[in-house]
Amino acid sequence: MADAVQTSGASAGHEGPHGHHDPNLAHHFDTMEQQFECGKLGMWLFLATEVLLFGGLFCWYAIWRSNHPEVFVYGAQKLDWKLGGINTIVLLVSSFTMAWAVGCAQRGNRQGLLLGLGITFLGGIGFMGIKSVEYTEKFSHGYYWGGSYNPTHHEEGHAADHADGEHAETADAAHAEAGAADSHGDGHAADSAHGEESVADSAGELAPQEVRPPAALAGLSAERLTELGYEPSKVLLAAEAPGGLAASAPPTSETKLSAEEVRNVHLFFSIYFCMTGLHGIHVLIGMAVIGWLFVRALRGDFGPGYFEPVDLGGLYWHLVDLIWIYLFPLFYLI
Amino acid sequence: MSTLNAPAAPAYATAVDTRNYLKASYGPVSWLLTLDHKRIGVMYLVGISVMFLLGGIFALLVRTTLLFANNAEAVDPLITAELYNRFFTLHGAIMVFIVIIPGIPAALGNFVLPIMLGAKDVAFPRVNLLSFYMWMLGTALALASLFFGAVDTGWTFYTPYSTSENSPSGMILVVTGAFILGFSSVFTGLNFIVTIHQLRRPGQTWFRLPLFLWAIYSTAVIQILATPVLGITLLLLIVEKTMKMGFFNPAYGGDPVLFQHFFWFYSHPAVYIMILPAMGVMSEIISVFSRKHIFGYRFIAWSSVAIALFGFIVWGHHMFTSGQSALMNTIFSALTFSVAVPSAIKVFNWLATMYKGSIALQTPMLYALWFIWIFGIGGLTGLFLGTLATDIHLHDTYFVVAHFHYVMAGTIFVLFGAIHYWWPKMFGRMYDERQGAIASILLFIGFNLTFLPQFVMGSQGMPRRYYSYDEVYQVYHVLSSVGSYVMAAGLLVMGYCLFTSLKRGAKAPDNPWGSNSLEWHTTSPPPLENFNGTPVADDPYDYHNLEWDPQIQGFRSKKPMVTSG
Repeated sequence: MADAVQTSGASAGHEGPHGHHDPNLAHHFDTMEQQFECGKLGMWLFLATEVLLFGGLFCWYAIWRSNHPEVFVYGAQKLDWKLGGINTIVLLVSSFTMAWAVGCAQRGNRQGLLLGLGITFLGGIGFMGIKSVEYTEKFSHGYYWGGSYNPTHHEEGHAADHADGEHAETADAAHAEAGAADSHGDGHAADSAHGEESVADSAGELAPQEVRPPAALAGLSAERLTELGYEPSKVLLAAEAPGGLAASAPPTSETKLSAEEVRNVHLFFSIYFCMTGLHGIHVLIGMAVIGWLFVRALRGDFGPGYFEPVDLGGLYWHLVDLIWIYLFPLFYLI
Repeated sequence: MSTLNAPAAPAYATAVDTRNYLKASYGPVSWLLTLDHKRIGVMYLVGISVMFLLGGIFALLVRTTLLFANNAEAVDPLITAELYNRFFTLHGAIMVFIVIIPGIPAALGNFVLPIMLGAKDVAFPRVNLLSFYMWMLGTALALASLFFGAVDTGWTFYTPYSTSENSPSGMILVVTGAFILGFSSVFTGLNFIVTIHQLRRPGQTWFRLPLFLWAIYSTAVIQILATPVLGITLLLLIVEKTMKMGFFNPAYGGDPVLFQHFFWFYSHPAVYIMILPAMGVMSEIISVFSRKHIFGYRFIAWSSVAIALFGFIVWGHHMFTSGQSALMNTIFSALTFSVAVPSAIKVFNWLATMYKGSIALQTPMLYALWFIWIFGIGGLTGLFLGTLATDIHLHDTYFVVAHFHYVMAGTIFVLFGAIHYWWPKMFGRMYDERQGAIASILLFIGFNLTFLPQFVMGSQGMPRRYYSYDEVYQVYHVLSSVGSYVMAAGLLVMGYCLFTSLKRGAKAPDNPWGSNSLEWHTTSPPPLENFNGTPVADDPYDYHNLEWDPQIQGFRSKKPMVTSG
C-alpha cells in the first residue's frame, strides 16, 4: 500500500521527486500540511462561488414567487413529488457513502474507499436517470420553458376539460369583441391581444403576450368588462401588476388552479429547467470527479498520508447534494 | 554556459536553479505550458497590451466619428450609425472585461504577489495557467463576434436590446466570452486569496504585507463573491436569447429591469475590482518615491477591505431612472456616499505620505501624481451622480461618460505607472527616463483634454452614445477628439520607450528605486524560484536599511534580507 503511494506520485504529476521527501508534495509548498490547507481553503472558496452562482437563480425564484405565487402553485402541481422525493433520498445516501469513502481513505482502507466511491457514482447515475424520466414526462405534456411552453390539456382530467370549454368560449367572445371594437374605433390594443392569445392557445400554440400597461384593463368597471366579454375576476388576475395574486389572498398548494387562472406558467418551467438543469450539470461534473477518484483509488494513490483529492471531491459532492436539498422543497413541495 | 545547452529542463526540475526565469528554458512551448507565475504574468501583460491597443483603436474611431455634428444627415457616411454603435460597444466591452479587470491583478499581481510574500509560486500554479487560457478563450470568443454580427448594445448588454429578435447573433459569442472571462477572474482571485493566507513567510504578519497585497486581497474577495452572479446572469441571457426563456422579456411575463439589478450587482463591485489594485500600487509608488514610510498603514489596509464590502450595497445607483421606488433610490443614494469615506482616507494618506518627503519625480511617480488628480476629479464628480436630484439631470449624459473615464482610466494610468515601476524587475532593463516622462505628460494632457470638455457638454445635456448631435456641442466634441489623438501620441512614445529598453536599456540593478518590499531583494529578473536563498520579511516601508550605491546605480541593503540556504 505504502509502496503504491510512493510509486504512483511520480507519474501523477510533473513535479519530480527531486529534493522532496513526499512525491505528492508540489515544489512550492514547504510541508504536506501547508499543501493540504491550501487545497482545503481553495475548495471552500470555490464552493462559495458555486453557492453564489446558484444564488442568482434562487434570488430570481424568490422575486418571481413573491410577485406571482399562483404561477408556482400551479406549476408545482405538474411536478411529481414522489420522483423528486426518491431522488432526494438517492442523493442523501450517496452523500453518506461519499463521507464514508473519505473516512476509508483516511484510514487506508482501499476496499472501503472503492466501494464508497462506487456506490456514490451509482447514486449519481440513479439521480440522473430519474431526472431524465421526469424531464421526458414534462416534455411529453408540452411543459417546456418560456416561448416553447405548449401544454396539451387533454390529460389533465375533468377540471381541465371544463376549463378548456370555458376557454374556447372566452376566446370566441374576445375575438368577436376585438372585431367589434375595431369597428367602433375605441378598442384597446390589449383587448385584441388577449383575444389573439386565447385563440392561439386553444390552437395548441402559445403566442407571446403583447406588452401592455398594467392598468389597461384593471381600470375598467366590472360591468364594462362583462360587456366586453371578460370575466372580471380573471381579467384582474392577469392585468393587476406587479402584485398578481399576491395582492389578494395568496393561493396555497391545496388551491386548484386552472390554466386560465394562471398566466405565464411557462416562467415556472423556465426557472425549473434552468435550476434543475444547472444542478444536473453539476451532478455530471461531480460524477466525473468521482470516476477520476475511483481510477486513482484503483491505482492505490491514496492512503493515510495523502487523501486530499478524495476529501475535496467529497466536499464538492456534498455541495451538489445540498443544492438539491433546497431545490426539492422549493419546486415540489411548497 | 553548459547549462543552457542542456535539453530544456522541465519547469521546477531542481530545487535550486539560479538562472533567471527568462532564461531558465527557451522556446514557445516553454512559455505556453509554463507554470511559473512570472511567465504567466508576462503573457497576461502581452495579451492585455494587444487588447488595449484594439480597444484604443475603437475609441479613436468613436472620437473621429464625433468630430462631425450631423452624422445622421451625412450622405453616404463612412461610418454608419450601426457601425458607430458597434465601435463604442466593443471599446467598452474590451476595455472593461478584457483589459482593466484583469490588468493589474492578473498581469502585475501574478508577477509580484508571490515574490512580495517570499513564496516560490502562487498556491495553485496549474489553476493559474488555466485562468490565463480562459482569458485567452474568452477574448477569442469576443473577437470572433466581430465576424458574426458585432454587438451594438453597449458594454452593459441591457435587455431587451441584447435579447430582442433583431439583436445581432454575435451577442451569444460575446456573452459566452464574458462568462468565460468571469471564470478566469474567479480562479485568479481564489488563487491569490489562498496564496496570501497560506504562503506567507513565518513572521510575515498581515500588517507587514505590502499594501498592494491588501488591495489585491480585497479585490480577490470581490472577484469571488460578485463574479459568479454575473456568470449566472450571463448564462440566463444566453438561454434567454437562444431558447426564449422569458426571464427578461415582458412579452413572456419577464422583467427587463431585473437584468439591470443582476448585472449591476456584479458590475458595480467590478468597478472596485478595477480601482482597488490601482490604489494598492499607488501606496507602493507614493511611499517609495517620497522616500518616506507610508502614512496610516492600517487605515489604508482596512479602507481597501471597506471599499470591497461597501461596493456590494450600492448597485442601485445605476438605476435611479429605471423606475425603482423612491425609498430604494434614497437608500442606495445614501449608501453610495459611504464609499467616498474609505476612498478619501486613501487619498489623504497618500498626500500625508508625500508631505515633507523627498519626492523623486521619476516616471512611476508622475503617473501616481496624475492618478491623484484624475481620481480626485473622478471621485468628486461621482458625488453629483450619487445625488438623486442631480442624477436625474445628468443620467446618461456625457457627464457620466467623463466621470467613469476619470475613475477607470485612472486605473490605466496607475497600470502604466506600475509597468514602469516593475519593468526593471520583470525584464532586467532600465527604460529611458526622459522618454517615459514625456509619454506620461502627453497622456495626462491628452486625457484631460479629452474628458474635461465632456463634463461641460454633459451638464449642458449632451446624451451619451449619440451618433449625431446638435451643433452647439461640436466645439466640445472637437476638443475631446483632439485630446484623444494626443493620448494616442503619448501611447506611441511610451511603447517606443519600453520596447527599445528591452534591447538598448541599461542593465537594471536589483533595487533601482530604493524600495524595501521583498521583490526588490532578489535579482532583476528574479530566478525561477524567486530567491536564491530564504527571504526574511520586514517592514516593507522602512527605508533605513537601504543606501544608494553609485557603482551599481541602485540601492543596496545594509543588512541582507535574503539568507542563503
